[in-house]
Formats: sequence, structure tokens, C-alpha cells
Amino acid sequence: MNDRLDKGLSGFIRKIREAWDLQPLLVPLGAILLSFIVGGVLIAMIGVNPFEAYWALLRGMFGSWDRVAGSIARSVPFMGSALALAFAFRAGLFNIGAEGQLLVGGITAAWVGTLTFMYHTPSVIAIPIILIAGAVGGYVWGWIPGVLRARTGAHEVITTIMLNSIALFGVRWLVNSRDPQILRDLTASVPRTKAISPTAVLPTIVDSQPNLHMGLFVMIAVCIVVAFVLRRTTFGFETITVGTNPNAALYAGINVNRIIILAMALSGAFAGIAAASEVSGTNQFFQPGTFAFIGFDGIAIALLARANPIAIIPASLLWGSLLAGAPLMQLEAGVSIDVVRIIQSMVLLFVAADAIVRYVFHIRGEAGHQMESVATEEAES
Amino acid sequence: MTVVDGPVPVLDVRGVTKTFPGVIANEDIDLTLNQGEIHCLLGENGAGKSTLVNVIFGLYKPDKGTVKVRGEEVKFAGVGEAIEHGIGMVHQHFQLIPVFTVAENVILGDELTNGPFLSMNEARRRIRELEEQYGLIVDPDAKVGDLSVGEQQRVELVKALFREADILILDEPTAVLTPGEVDDFFAVVRSLVDQGKSIIFITHKLREVLAVADRITVLRNGRIAGTADPATATQQSLANLMVGRDVVFQVDKGEAHPGEVALRVEDLSVEDERSVMTVNGFSAEVRAGEIFGIAGVEGNGQRELVEAITGMRRKAGGTVEILGHNATKLTPRKIAELGTAHIPEDRNKHGLVGSYSVADNMVLNKYSQAPFARRWVRNTSAVHDEAEELVEQFDIRTPSVDVPIDTLSGGNQQKVIVARELTGDVDLLIVAQPTRGLDVGSIEYIHQQIIDRRDRGAAVLLVSAELDEILSLSDRIGVLYRGRLVGVFDGADATREELGYLMATGSTPDTEEVAS
Amino acid sequence: MTQGTPIPTRLVTDLGKDELAPRRRFGRRQIVGIVFGSIGIGLLGGIAPAITSETRAFAFEPPPDPLSLQFNPKTIVIVIGIVYLITAALSFLPAKYDRWSLIGQIVATALGIPLILAISLALSAAPETNVINLLDQSLILATPIALGAMTGLWCERSGIINIGIEGMMLGAAGVGFMTYAIMGAASSPGWLWIAILVAILAGGLLATLHAVLSIRYQINQIVSGVVINLFALGLTGFIRSEVIVPSGSSKGVPTADIALPILSKIPIIGDTLFTGRPLHFLMYLVVFLTWLVMFRTAWGLRVRSCGEKPHAAETLGINVIKIRYQAVILGGFIAGLAGAWFSMEAQAGFEDNMTNAAGFIALAAMIFGKWTPWGAFAGALLFGFARALGSRLQFLDVSIGDFGIPSEFFQMLPFLVTMIVVAGALGRAVAPAAEGQPYTPSK
Repeated sequence: MNDRLDKGLSGFIRKIREAWDLQPLLVPLGAILLSFIVGGVLIAMIGVNPFEAYWALLRGMFGSWDRVAGSIARSVPFMGSALALAFAFRAGLFNIGAEGQLLVGGITAAWVGTLTFMYHTPSVIAIPIILIAGAVGGYVWGWIPGVLRARTGAHEVITTIMLNSIALFGVRWLVNSRDPQILRDLTASVPRTKAISPTAVLPTIVDSQPNLHMGLFVMIAVCIVVAFVLRRTTFGFETITVGTNPNAALYAGINVNRIIILAMALSGAFAGIAAASEVSGTNQFFQPGTFAFIGFDGIAIALLARANPIAIIPASLLWGSLLAGAPLMQLEAGVSIDVVRIIQSMVLLFVAADAIVRYVFHIRGEAGHQMESVATEEAES
Repeated sequence: MTVVDGPVPVLDVRGVTKTFPGVIANEDIDLTLNQGEIHCLLGENGAGKSTLVNVIFGLYKPDKGTVKVRGEEVKFAGVGEAIEHGIGMVHQHFQLIPVFTVAENVILGDELTNGPFLSMNEARRRIRELEEQYGLIVDPDAKVGDLSVGEQQRVELVKALFREADILILDEPTAVLTPGEVDDFFAVVRSLVDQGKSIIFITHKLREVLAVADRITVLRNGRIAGTADPATATQQSLANLMVGRDVVFQVDKGEAHPGEVALRVEDLSVEDERSVMTVNGFSAEVRAGEIFGIAGVEGNGQRELVEAITGMRRKAGGTVEILGHNATKLTPRKIAELGTAHIPEDRNKHGLVGSYSVADNMVLNKYSQAPFARRWVRNTSAVHDEAEELVEQFDIRTPSVDVPIDTLSGGNQQKVIVARELTGDVDLLIVAQPTRGLDVGSIEYIHQQIIDRRDRGAAVLLVSAELDEILSLSDRIGVLYRGRLVGVFDGADATREELGYLMATGSTPDTEEVAS
Repeated sequence: MTQGTPIPTRLVTDLGKDELAPRRRFGRRQIVGIVFGSIGIGLLGGIAPAITSETRAFAFEPPPDPLSLQFNPKTIVIVIGIVYLITAALSFLPAKYDRWSLIGQIVATALGIPLILAISLALSAAPETNVINLLDQSLILATPIALGAMTGLWCERSGIINIGIEGMMLGAAGVGFMTYAIMGAASSPGWLWIAILVAILAGGLLATLHAVLSIRYQINQIVSGVVINLFALGLTGFIRSEVIVPSGSSKGVPTADIALPILSKIPIIGDTLFTGRPLHFLMYLVVFLTWLVMFRTAWGLRVRSCGEKPHAAETLGINVIKIRYQAVILGGFIAGLAGAWFSMEAQAGFEDNMTNAAGFIALAAMIFGKWTPWGAFAGALLFGFARALGSRLQFLDVSIGDFGIPSEFFQMLPFLVTMIVVAGALGRAVAPAAEGQPYTPSK
């Protein structure tokens, strides 16, 4: 039975792998199952029936069309923040600055969206403008650590962490300050910017909670474009070469510094677009708190997707729907929403440590391949 | 052939077999080492010499067979136990930690302590004693990363002696030394034997075997190909035993017909990573249709010189002219576009991207040109076709062009680089250490390819640490010493002795310095 | 063959440094010199004329008995401006005076602190500020960062990247306080110390998870660190809402002040600097011991060798796997201590995500300190100082003309400074060579 399943699936899997270099789907599925088992044990420990809790969670995620739409809507910004990490990762850089890049992108978008001329611009133009504004903001915030890395060797992990905090305090000031009033909407009770021009608002598809808007298609398009760039263009080839072996890249005539700067800056731009789509589609204004943890989760999602831009789409959907479904679980089963975070961390763990999953579910591994390359090395020395 | 009488050998290896998935590295190997002798283990790269000694040293566990030390059968669970049994090893790739001092490297794993703390003064004292006893002088407080390879080798020896090893395994110890240093090193080896040590000496250099061995065992393809007595063996007989067929020592090479100057370097200065000027006032010319070999001990600026000429490293001064263009400030890409090909010194570091397919590696220098890319979109089927053609043409052994290149053997990896670099118009070929770590068959093949290119009119700059390679290929030979050319010879007239002396001292016996 | 035939002591490749001295060129030192020069010109030409010449004071003791240092901000700005110009000039001397140039740049960097203080004070309405207090505050705020940096140091020096410091701290903070809340919030203060011990163990446990994942299963060490961070975030949130809140003791009594014997009797500084909370003092001990063990003991030498070249260590009979486990778990204990500081010393209580990126900043401090204990400690101090200064200046109401400098600017300051220092003066820091590479022993 198991064998037949294996055989049937393996041909299909091979096809997908050939097309998108995906790991066999069995491992991620097994990883998700295992993670829920771990979470279930935890739920049982506090005296709640895990099946009841998970049933509530599941209904919270997909219980109605509105909930499905809400789950998808929660996932949209993650696609950008995960892409910000994944793209830089392919260039051998560790961009943990998505948090800051989202903030800068978001505030730039909100600022441009509230400029007077935008109110007189038709949506066909105004929406691209606001998205580009977000991308530019993120681009700049990614460009800084890129330049510092390429020119001075400053480690991007430090600089992006620093830039996250600088961005946070910076936008907080821009949004909080009453005197001088900069971007704050003085009529609002909480610190936030004025609402953007109605012409710059991304149309809503489903009026769910949160509302699902056209930003979904924008982000999916960005993911597909990035996948194409990485797989099929010379720039993508250069980027991955720099990320895999920078010395060989230099030897092959690739301008390594340029790639480093561009990869960081573009990563920032992806986060910036996601932020702009949130500002434009969800809130219609900018509030710093909206982006809390989106960059942080982006790291996990990108790693879950193994830095593959297409795999980021389902990974983000999983992430977003879990977060969207958790409140119902809390309401109905009385289980803290934090269980979802634990499940998420377990999914990442089991996907990364696929040996555990293979062991539990008896999935045949690719261990032999690694051994062979070790062997050739040995035989040579 | 068993030793029946006489004293018990200090080391007795019987029937050792060791396999790695897909590879039989050692098969049914017997080896004995007697007290106070030098037993040479001869074999090509990949013949299984290193595997065998790693089994003896406890790094690998044999699948079959026994190892006896002084008559007592041992099964080492790890290196620690081998060391306790008095076995010491100087590895081919030095196992030293560059950021540690000599003393720290020596005591690591066998630390001298005073209460809970390291006793560095005591360590220094003991190291100095050992150094004086065996004539291996190195400053115990120097950082290993700052030492020359010769000094690093002494540190490795001191490490083994510090652990009171009396069975010493020396794995390719002379690969990095000049002819003069090799002689000095043999003297050290002899003095070690005189003081009661027994030595397994691994090499693939025939001359050395005859100079130093008391007994010789030849390995081929993981098996014992035969044993020989140094008193009766000749280089030719050993070579045939080692390779398994008749070996021609002389490369078949016609006369050179030098043409225009293709590469002109004037007063070039280049810094290394530590801001030391390792190339310092280098000037040379290479003409079309000739092979200009650069001999020299490694670390005299070869790496920086090649990287500077090919545009990979910033130049601190001087000019480089390639095929009539001023290439001093050009990028690697621009230099390649002038008609330069470059076979780099370190294939894994620079020449290949290990996780990429053979096909992608095959176009690493031209992935962005037609037909491999249309504007900025890659044409993978063109890449695939090109790779299949070159694999065929250069006889590269690979299951397909889509497998990652790091699954190929070293020889085939190097052939991929050669295939890539020698395709298309090449007017200037820059080659660094082209045959390092390869088997004889691959070496012959690559040498032939280089000569073919010369005969088709390319200028060739050959940098190699193997003096034999330089001597057999070059039409003219320059000696690099401390970043400068200290002598240029006609390839036909140069002798090992002459070159070796110049490499070691920077001057010839009669004159102080020979200008290029 | 004679005994001990000497090898020539000087070989070809013994390249004498003096013979191959680098040519004078335009490098990092000159760039830093120009930066200082420009600041100096700015100070003398721009700030000094504009600044008030009213006297300001650094107070050393709290009122009503103020011992204070009176000074004229203008004079200080001018003096420091001149020092900066001299530093700039020094950096253009020939290479053999590099030592002097370096000293100049260190002095100039150090003078940055009084400079910032003097200018801020001159711009603020308040005539004085208490420096000792500020220093004390800096040291206290540096506690978790320094401890976290030591965690990172032990892991990375053994070759394991740890970006899960944040999670280890947070997990320890949550589990520690949970122990306190359910077991003994109401009873004797001794329970607090048991809870602190539990926090330390919790840190160790999370580190063990990191070690198993990255050493045994050889998963990407960055992924493993992210797993730890996420898991700790979820777990502690879960603990807070399911255990701590229901237990009814969400708040407790944190560790009590202690006065260090003798040291606390030192006039002026003793009362402030050497009277404080125990975990804070423990931090100094941890930093000192980290240095001592890492650089002065056999085990420390082995740990460092595993981080640099594990296969070399292996050829000397060192069990790399074991050493790495030990180092990572030790690091986890230290992170646990830092976690305890958050939930049981800075305050007694647990809030979601209360470590608030301190673990990442600790990582930055460690890289800032170029993977050395004292360097990392200095980095932690810089963050602590900048944070303390930020909150102080916020309070002092600093303004230039009519423009009140917003508090966010001061909060931003430490991050900005670190970035500039890392990019400018520090340059390429060299991480342990084998960091992040999984290690498989030979078979």
C-alpha cells in the first residue's frame, strides 16, 4: 500500500522537482502532520481535547468563504517579507532587515499616497505609483546594507538589525510627531498617517476580515517574476553564482559587488511592495504596528520554502491561515493562540531536519547522494 | 612475501580493505615497517595511499584486515588511541590552525596544564628543546598563518614529536618544497631515523623514493602493485609499476615559433590579503606561439600575479598589456573578451561552482553571450548542447551533463575547466597549477592540450610549483622569487639544479642577481 | 649523518615584513582620519560658535550634596574639535607612525562620549546631569546584551552559528518566571533563586535542541536558530496565558539590591556602581570567566580549534562533536541567565516577547567585538550607554533653537552608532573559520 503510493507519487514528484526543484512533497506534509501532533500533545497537557481545538482552528482557517479569504489576506504580506530574505539568501546574503524594509516601504507608499496630485490621478496610474513608491522605499533601505557590505565589508546581519531599529524609531517619529506635524493624522486617536487617496487603493476582492484585495495577485506575480529571474536570466545566474561561490563568480567575470548591492536592494524592494500593498489594500493608511513580526515571520517562511520563490506562496498561505485561524481556536477551545506559533516552529524544524520526518514516516531518503560526493572527495585525496 | 625471522616489525598491516560507497579505496593491503627504516609508499594520486595511512592513524576504520603495532593487534576507536600508541602523522594538507600560535598548535589535544590553566611557558620550553634536538627551528610564538609552508611543515613534525611518536607517517611531505629544501628535509628524515624513529614516507615522486627509501611499496588503484628494492629499482621501472603501463617521461613537443608579444607586464606590484606586497616589480613578456613557464616556490607571489593579470585582483602598481590593449585596469570579463583564457590554480575555489551542473560549469565564462543567452534570458538548451559536445570532444567521464560537477573525479573536473577555457579563440592562455592532484593519464592529456594551443598560435603563461612540469612544457622559463623575476632561461638549456638554486636563493652561484 | 642536522633557519618564503612593507596608500585609516577631520571642522566651525557658553555641570552624587564638575561646553567642544583635527593629521603621516595614528583614533573615539554629553547638555534646558548615574544605568542595561554576546561567543567559537540567542533568552525568561509564579511567588525569596536556576537550565535545554539539530542532524544552523526563536516565542506566550496568568501571580518581587563588600564603600562611585542587583554583578563574572576559560584553559583551546578547523582538531584526537555540544550548551546556560535577568531582575513578571530583540543586539555586539569576550563586552556597553543616554536625554528635553529633538532620535542613536562603527572603523571582522559548516567525523 505504502509502496504503491510511493511509486505513484514519485513520478509526479519527479516532474515537479524537475520543474521547480521542489523537495518531495511528502516531507513537508509529514512535517506538518508531525508538528500538529506535537502541538496536540501540548494542548492535551492543559486539559483540552486536541481534536476539538484543531477543529476550531481548521474552521477558523477555512470554515467559510470569508474565513478562507481572510486567511489568504493574512498571507499576502508574508510573501513579500519572505521573498526579501529568500532572494538575498540566493545571493549568499542574510537579509534579516525585512522588518525595516517593510516599514520604510510602507511609509513611503503612505506618504506618496497622500500627496495632493494623487487625488487627481486615475487608479490605473495611482496604484502602480503607490506600489513603486513602496518598492523604492524598501529598495533604499536594502541598498544601504548592500553598499556597506560590498564597500566596507560590514556584516549585513549587524547592519540590517540596526536598520530595523532605526527604521522603527524613524517612522515612529514621522507618524507620532504632532509638533512639527509631519505625517500624522491629527484627527486620529492613535498615531497613524492620513488616509491615502481613494484612487490609490487596491480594489478589494472579498470583504473578509482582513479584507482580501488585489495585492494578492501583485505578490504572486512578484514571486513568479523572481522565480523566472533566478531560473532563466543571466542576472539570476550571476546572483546564484555569487551566492554559491563568490570566488568562482569573480573568476567568471561577474561584478560581485554589484550583485551584492543589487540583491540586497531588490530584496528590500520586495518587502517594500508588500508593505505598499498592505497600506494601499488593507488599511488605506500607515501605522507602524501593522508590520510587527511580518519581517520576523518572513525569515521562517523563506527558510520553510528553502528560498524558492514559488514555494514561498504555499508556505505563506500556510503561515497566514494558521495565524488567521488561531483566534477561533482560542475563543472556542480556550487554547492560547501561541500554540500556532509552536506548530509553525515545528513545521520549520521538521522540514529542515527531514531525517526525522523520513524516519517517522519511512520515506526513502536521498542520503546516498551525499555519501557519494563524500566518497569522490576521499578517493581523490 | 612474508618476513619470517628478524625482530617484530613496529607496524604490521595485514589484509586491510576499506571501501567508500562506490569506491574501493584499499583492497587487501599488507605493509610492514621495521624499526629504524624508511618505507616508501609510492602511488599516483587516487591510488589509495592516503586512505591506507588514515586507516593506520585511526581516522578511518578498515572494513577488513588487522593492524599490529609492535606485535600487538590494535583497533583504534579514534586518532587519540593511535597517538597513544606512538603513531604520528604529517598530513599532506597541513592540519594546522592558522590563527593559533605554533605553541598552541603543538600542544592542542595534549595540553600542558598547571592546575586548570594552560602552561604556555612550559610548552615553549619543551618545544624549543625538541626543535633543537631535531633541527626544526620555528618561533613557538609565531602565528602559524604567518609562516611559510616550509616552516609549517616543521610545526607539523614538532607536533608529532611532541606526542613522542616513534612511528611517523609523512604524507607527500615534499610537495611544497624546493629541490634544495627537499635535500634539507631528507637530512631531517635521516636524523629522525638515526634517533630511532621509523617512517612511512608517502610520495608520487620517483626521484625522491630512490633517494630516501629503505624499502618501497607501490600502490595502484587501491591494491599493492608490487614492492621494490631501491638499490635495484630505476625510475622507469617504478613508474611502470605505479601506472601499470609504459610511461613516457618526455612530453612530445615540437619547436616553438614565437610571434608577436601577446602579454607584456611591466613593473607590476600586487598586494595579498594581508596587505603584503607579494608581487613586487614583476616584468615579463610572453609571445604568441610560446610557452613561458614560471618556476618558483609556492608563496612567492604566483597566486597574486596570476590574479592580477587576469583582473581578479587590484594592482598596486605597474602595467599589464594584453594583445596590444592596456589591460591594467580592466575587469576579468573585459580581459577574457580580449581573447584570454585562464585555467585557475584552485579549481574548487575559482574554477567551478561545485553544486552547479556540468553544463552550467561548462559555460561559466560565457553564459551571457549568444547563443547561451538571448539578451538577458538564458538559453538552457544551447548550454546543454554545448556541454554535450565538449564532454564528447574532451572525453570527460560523466553520467550526464546535468549532474552536479562535484560528483566528478578531480581529473574530470579539471578537464571540464580545460574544455571550457580552450573552446573558441584563445590568443593568450594563462595556466596555473594545471595538473595538481591529477593522475598520470589526465596529466598527459592536459599537457598535450596546452602544447596544441601553443602550436595553434596562442601565447601561454604557465605557472606551476612542479619543476618537472615547467621543465617539460616550457619554451622559456622564468624564476619567480619574492614577487620578482630573477632569471629567464631557455627551456632547452635549463637544468633542475640551476633553477632550484635560483628558486631557493634568488641568485645564481656566480652572479648576485640576474635581471630579466 | 650527524645528529640533528640543522635546516637553514631562513628559507625562501620567510618573507621579511620590512623588506616587503606595503607602500603608503589611501586606506581605511585615512578614511577614518578624514571622518574625524570633518567632524572636527564641523565642531570648530559650526557647533562651537553656536553653542551656549553658560556653565554646565556633570554631577557625581545625587542631590542634596552635589559633587559636580563644572565646565563650559564651548571649551569642551573646541578642545575635542582640535583633538579630532590632530587625529586626522596623524592618519596621513608615513606608515611607520601608524601606531600614533591608531592611538589618536582610539582617543578620538573615546572622546565621543563626553562630546555627546557636553553638546546634549549644552542644548538642553537642564544645567546638569548625573554622570555616575548614567554610567550605572548603562552597565545595567548592558547586562543581558553582554550575557547574550557571551552565549554567541561560546557557540560561534566552537563553530556553531547561533541566531537563536533571542529565543534562548526569551524561553528562559518565561520558563523561569513560570516556575516562580506557580511554585513560590507568595512564599520565601529563596524560590526566586530556584526559579533563576530553572531559567538557566531552560536556556541550556533550548541550546541542547539547537545543538542536536545543528550537530546531530546537521540542519542549516541559521534555520535551527530561527526554529529556536519561533518556538520560544510560541512556548512562552503559551506559558503566560495558560500557566502564569491563571496562577494569579503575574507580578512578583525581583532580586534585591546587594552591596559588594569594600567596593561599595568607595566614595562617590561606590554607592551607585557597586550596589545593585546580583545578576548584574554575575554578568561581570561570566564575561571574565568566558575570557579566562576560552583563552587560558585546555578546554578553551580545544573549543577554539573546533571553530577554526575541526578536521585538524580531529587529527589530534579531539572529539569535535563532544566539544561543540559542551560549548553550545554552556552558551545556553548563559543565555538562560540573561533570560532570568529580564523576568526576575529587571522586573519580576513576564510579558510576551519581553526580550525585544536583545538577543539580536547581543549578536551584533559579539560581531562588533570581533568574536572576543572583551570586545563583545565593549559592544554591549556601547549599546547600554546609548540606551541609557537616550532615555536620559529624552528626559532632559534637548532642543536646537525651537526644534525639540524628538526622543526617537535618541533611541535611534545606539543603532546608528553601531552601524557607523561597524562600517567605518571596524571593517571586515573575521569570524571563526569553520563557523556554520556541519562537521562529519571521518569513518
